[in-house]
Parts: sequence; structure tokens; C-alpha cells
Amino acid sequence: MLEISRITQIFGGVTALEDVSFAVKKGNITGVIGPNGAGKTTLFNIITGIYTQTSGTVFLEGKDISGLPPEKLARKGLVRTFQNIELFGQMTVRENVMVGMHTKSSCGMLSCALKTPWSVSEEHRIREGAVRWLEFAGITDLADVTSGNLPFGKGRLLEIARALAVEPTIMLMDEPAAGLNSQETLALGLLIKQIRDMGITVVLVEHDMELVMDICDRIVVLNLGRKLAEGTPREIQENTEVIAAYLGEDD
Amino acid sequence: MQFDQILQYSLSGLSTGAIYALIGVGFSIIFNATGIINFAQGEFVMLGGMFTLLFLETLKLPLWAAIPCAIVASTVAGLLFERLAIRPLRQATPINLVIITIGGSILIRGLAMLSWGKDTHAIPPFSGDDPIAIAGATILPQHLWILAITVIIVIVNRIYFYHTISGKAMRACAYNRRAAGLVGIDVHRMVLFSFIISSAMGSIAGIIVAPLTMTAYDVGIMLGLKGFCAAIIGGMSSGIATVIGGLLLGVLESLGAGLISSGYKDAIAFIILLLILFIRPQGLFGKAESERV
Amino acid sequence: MKRELLKFGVFAILVLLAPLLFSGGYLMNVLVFVGINTMLAIGLNLLLGNAGQISLGHAGFFGMGAYISGILTATYAWNPWFAMPLAAVVVGLLAFLIGFPILKLKGHYLAMATLGLGIIVFIVFNETVDLTGGPSGLSGIPNLTMGSVTFDSDVKNYYLIWGFTLMIVLFAVNLANSRVGRALRAVHDSEVAAKVLGVNTSLLKVQIFTLSAVISSLAGSLYAHTMTFVAPASFGFNFSVELLTMVVIGGLGSVYGSFLGAALLTLLPEFLRAAHDYDIIIYGGLLMLMVMFMPGGLVRGVPDLFRKLFRRGKESGHA
Repeated sequence: MLEISRITQIFGGVTALEDVSFAVKKGNITGVIGPNGAGKTTLFNIITGIYTQTSGTVFLEGKDISGLPPEKLARKGLVRTFQNIELFGQMTVRENVMVGMHTKSSCGMLSCALKTPWSVSEEHRIREGAVRWLEFAGITDLADVTSGNLPFGKGRLLEIARALAVEPTIMLMDEPAAGLNSQETLALGLLIKQIRDMGITVVLVEHDMELVMDICDRIVVLNLGRKLAEGTPREIQENTEVIAAYLGEDD
Repeated sequence: MQFDQILQYSLSGLSTGAIYALIGVGFSIIFNATGIINFAQGEFVMLGGMFTLLFLETLKLPLWAAIPCAIVASTVAGLLFERLAIRPLRQATPINLVIITIGGSILIRGLAMLSWGKDTHAIPPFSGDDPIAIAGATILPQHLWILAITVIIVIVNRIYFYHTISGKAMRACAYNRRAAGLVGIDVHRMVLFSFIISSAMGSIAGIIVAPLTMTAYDVGIMLGLKGFCAAIIGGMSSGIATVIGGLLLGVLESLGAGLISSGYKDAIAFIILLLILFIRPQGLFGKAESERV
Repeated sequence: MKRELLKFGVFAILVLLAPLLFSGGYLMNVLVFVGINTMLAIGLNLLLGNAGQISLGHAGFFGMGAYISGILTATYAWNPWFAMPLAAVVVGLLAFLIGFPILKLKGHYLAMATLGLGIIVFIVFNETVDLTGGPSGLSGIPNLTMGSVTFDSDVKNYYLIWGFTLMIVLFAVNLANSRVGRALRAVHDSEVAAKVLGVNTSLLKVQIFTLSAVISSLAGSLYAHTMTFVAPASFGFNFSVELLTMVVIGGLGSVYGSFLGAALLTLLPEFLRAAHDYDIIIYGGLLMLMVMFMPGGLVRGVPDLFRKLFRRGKESGHA
């Protein structure tokens, strides 16, 4: 599904990632973990086209997608969420999700401004689609709230609903549980499993080990920019190198 | 095309360029300390000239006394501007900052128009106006004053930024405002300082150029914009790069006006500005920096 | 959606009835300018309010529309109805081409670059004397005609200009509540998130910049044909700032706010005739005060103010 091949990233002399390779299987939930500064977010930024890597390749379903900008990746079915949720704060919850359906609609500027019958029917379709994703995320009651006023946990759900509206085949989540309380985290875990059951491949960076061990099918461990280990949650938990890396962290 | 003609244009270009350089460094100092492009920068240049006029003609002070008074008065205006317009701003988005500094610039210009009228005024040169001949070209003593004062200011600036505590603190702010705050630098104070320094520099530029070009309530717009252009060429550096940028701009403009067409003189600066912004937004001498998200 | 239509209907009726209430050529003439400025403010607001991209060069696009129409009709005797769309196409094409490099810039840099662009255009108006008549202007531009009607009186011009203005209003209202309008506002709030969702933000920004320039050009053409005379002074940096002031005062992103801002800034100097020279101080002061105390503009600020006053009134009533 997604293959990371020998990615290296150097920022002005500092090597953030070095020769990282792994593959993500279709329909899996894959967790990328590692101590702070391991390069997890950098890796995400490379996969999602926000940074361009120094060397290495990213393949999506066998095709080289390295260097493609995020908007092109979205059309190829790859979306992401952000650690510090990036909502469209001045728009309502519903409108946020409607923006998610951008690639699934096509009316141009003139057609929209002139309200052609085509644009009107498309608008209907977008509206109905948005309702569906709001329901899925369980935030239908908040549809007309300005998203900037949402509590953090609800904002996270909205960001997920909005990303789902793109109808992705693969979804990358950057620390989805950050800032959530334990109950919200539990619900999030269920939601992510539901997303996988819809046939969407999920890759997540996460610090909440309980969540990662609970929902991930496979785990990749990064440390200091290199891949330290890869395997099932059980294998990772028993890996002595991983344990050492984590214990060595708080010095 | 004669050699002495080119020399003549270059020489007079150098002195206007020095003015652009001073204004440009002022832009950069504020930008580096605060991330703000102060659209009102040019108005302090205008205030320098106009205050000199006020002290000279209305209060009958001699020139040597009028000039420092004018610098102090313009600097106080810069201080007030930061206190009254910049600091109270609650939503300091780039667009709001652009709008508020534009608003401030119009307001200052308007007040100057009310106080001094719409006429252009002359200020006497610092030491006579007997031309000096140099290799077939002539320059005025005021040109030499401009170049000398610019050199002095650039040196003082360098000493301030590299050899005093407050200058070093300001540089720390330029590198990383949050980190500077964390190590105990009073960032608000540095912002205020940056406005004080750059309004002082702007007013000096306005004062030394006034005997050559005359002064009026609306000279600030063009001078300010060209100073900005110098800063862009210099990659928003508050040091030598911007000075070179200013000199380069001054000379190009002077040659363009003399050899091609004087009507398009002002357009030259803006075409350079656009080209640099499009092709090398990091400035002519700067290194490309990776964009942070 | 129904509410939007209702709002538009009320607005349109008020506009159409206004000449019955305010007779007198002078006031009609001022209201013609309100119409032109409303178009311009809406055009700029699409860019600034919706997409969050500033332009300090819109007076240039306005001027180009006016000059292209003016020159083609006055010097080359074209039919104005052909000159107007041609001007719009030329200005649009230019905006589209320059849009790609210019809209890569952000914030302050974008402001400076558009400002520079505006000034270059202004200098060209002044210097190409053979074409534009230079600083003394271009005269003899014909009025628009429709069948046997020539738009040469204030009332006729009023209906001509406001006909176009109402179209632009409807156009902008529709756009704001559409797929494209949402994408634009998304770019404003978080460009990176918009990209991740598949919005081609750089293309979208260029498109809205182009549309905004075309609207300005159209307003320019209409201005030229109603005034029958154009001079560079109307298209300088000061006018770009005035447009910005209209948009900020009215309310960023609000179509009717643009009308309010345009109306206020066009009428204010007329009422302050005596204080003619004070107008730039007033613009400057208004800009600063609005950004500081009412960043949402009049359309949001005034209702907020009333709400606050009302609440305070109630509280003191209880006490």
C-alpha cells in the first residue's frame, strides 16, 4: 500500500532521518512510535508532501509519489490530520467537513458564482455527504457551531470527519490522542478501528502506548532518525533495544 | 556615452543610495525584532526633515541645534507610534499589522500636512553649496555629508549590535523571539527599542537628504518604499547587505534616470523590488532558508 | 440560502427605489460613485476577506480597465460594449500571469509587491503620454448607449452602474456560499489543512486574484464611460488604500459590509466638504481604530456593540 524506501532528511547539517524504510500493508493500522526527536513528524511531513526529502522514495500503491504536493496526494487518496488540529476556525463544523469534499466535486468559480443548476445539485450532494461524516464522527449536534469554539476533543473528531470526507484510501494521523482525556482516547481507539474496517489503511504517530498497543496491527519504532525495530505490538513490547531507547530517554 | 557622465550619475546615485540604505536598515531592525514591516517607516524620514524646519524657522534655532532636536522629536514620535498603535493590537495578524501601519502612516502624513501645509520647503545645506570637482564630475558638499554620516551610523550600528548588551539582546530576538523571552530578555522592551532606533535612523536620513531634495509632507511614501526595496535586496539584513542594497539601488536609479528616461526613475526601484521578490526573496546576498511549517 | 436571497431582494429594492427618495443631480452623482466603489470593494474583499490575501495595487487594475476602455473608445472609436469585455480580458490575463509569482509571497511581502505593482502601473499611466494623455488625462470618452438610450444623465447612470453593482453583489454572495467560497475561506484559516484536503491553494489564490482584478477592471470601464474623462490621479496608491479602508471598515469577507464601507467612505468626504483636507487623516484614523477596536468591521462590530449596550442596560436596570 504505502512503502517508505531509504528516506534520508537533512536540515542544514542536522540529520533528522537516516535511511528509513518500511512498508504499510493495506487495511492495517500501523503505528510509528519513538522518543521525542526521533523524526516521526518529519517522516509524516515527507510522506504527506509538506517537506521534500533529501533522498529516498515514497511509493503509494506501487507508484512513486515523492515530492508530490499535498493537494495532489489528496486526490490520490492520501490524507492526514495534524498534531495541533488545523481547523478552519472561522467556519462552522459543517462547512469544515464540506471543504473535505472538495476533491469529490468540481464546480468552478464562474459556475458557483452564477449558480448554475449543476452547481446547485452539486451543493446538495456536498451537504448530504457532510451530514454522513458528521454522523459517523458523532458530532451532528455541533454542525452549526463555529469550529474555532469547539473543545479540543471535539475538534479532533471534526478533523477526522473532515479528512474522511476526502474518501481516502490511506489516512495518516499525527498524534491523534494528544490532548485527549482517557475517555476520549478510548472512543478514539474505537473510531480508528471503525475507520480501518471501512477499508481505509491507517498510519499513526502516537505517544499513548496503551492506545498504540491496543489498536495497531504493526508498529515501527524510530529512534534518533533511524528505524530501530518493526513488528507486531507483542514483538515490540519484548524488544530489548526498544525498551532501552525509551528508558534512556529521560536523562 | 561619456565616462564622466556615468561617473556623475554614479556619484549622485551613491548619496541617494546612502539615504535608501539608512531607511532600509531601519526597516530591517524592526522586522528582525518584531516580524513587522513598518509601512510608516517613510513618515519618520519626512518628520526628520519637517521637524528640522520647525526648529530652524519657527523656533529660530541654529542648524547645529535644530538637527538633534529634530532627531529627538521624530524618535519620540516613533516611540509613541509603537506604544499607541502596535502594542495595543490584540489580533496581531500580518494583515492587521499591514493595515495598522498603513493607517498610522496616513495619519502621520495628514497631521504633517495640517501642521506645515502642502508646500515643499528648503533646508539650507550643512556647509555651503560650492560644488567640488572630482575627475570630471562635480558633487556638492552635502553629498559628502550624506556619505560620511551614513558611514558613521553604520559603524555605530555595528558596535551597538555586536558589542553592547542591549544590542546583543536585540539580535537574540531576531533569531528567535520566544527563546529570547525564555532566557529573560524583555521582548516588549526590545520591540520598543527597535522602533526608537529605526525612527531615529529614518529621521537622520530625512534630515541629511532634505537640503538636496527639499522636503514636504508627502516625501515619506517614496523614500520609505525605496528604503524597503534596499532592505529586500539586502535580504532584510540590518547590516552591510542592506547598505549595499541601498547604494546599488541609488546608483541604478540614477543611471537609469540619466541614461534612459527620467520619467521612469521611480519605476526602476519597483521593478527591482518585484524581480527580487519573485526570483530571490532571500535577498541578493542571502542564503536560501528552508521553509518551516 | 433563502435568507441570503431575502437579504439580496431587500437590498435590490432599496437600491432601485433610492432615486425616488433622493432626487437632485448632485446626490445621484455621488450615489453613482458609491456603486462603483461598492464593486471595487467587493472585488478586493473577495481576495482579502475570503482568501486572506492582501492587495495594495487594486487601483492599478481599476485604472487599467478605465484606460483600456477609454483609449479604445475615445482614440480608436470602438463600441464601448466591445471595449469593456476586452479590457476585462486583458486585465484578467495580466493578473493571472503576475498572480503566480506574486501570490507565492505572504503577508507583508505580498503587500509590498502588490503596492509596487500598483505604483509601476501608475507611473506607466503618467508617462505614456501619447496613449493616455499623461498627467493631464484622457477626455472625450463616450457614454454607454443601449438602443436609443444614452447613459448621459445622473439618473440613467445611477441605474446603469447599480445594475452592474447588483449583479456583482449577487455574484459575490453566491460565490461565498459555494464550494469555491468555502475553499477560499479554508485557505484563509489554514492553508496547509486546505492543501491536505486536496485544495490546490496556489491556483485558487491566483484565480480569485484574477477575478478580483476583472471586477476592478469592469468598474474602471464603467467609471470611464460615466465620467467621460480619466486621469492618473484617480488610480494612485492613495486610492488603493482607500479601497482597503472600505473593505476593513465594512467588514472583511462580508459583501454587504463592502457596500457599507464604500458608501461611508464615499459619502463622508461629501458631508465634510469644509474639512476637505482632513479626509486623509480621517482615513488613517479610521483604519487604525477599526483594526484595534472593531476588527470584524461595521457589519459585525455594530451589532456586537448594540448587544453589549443592551445587556449592560438590562443589568443596570436590575440593580
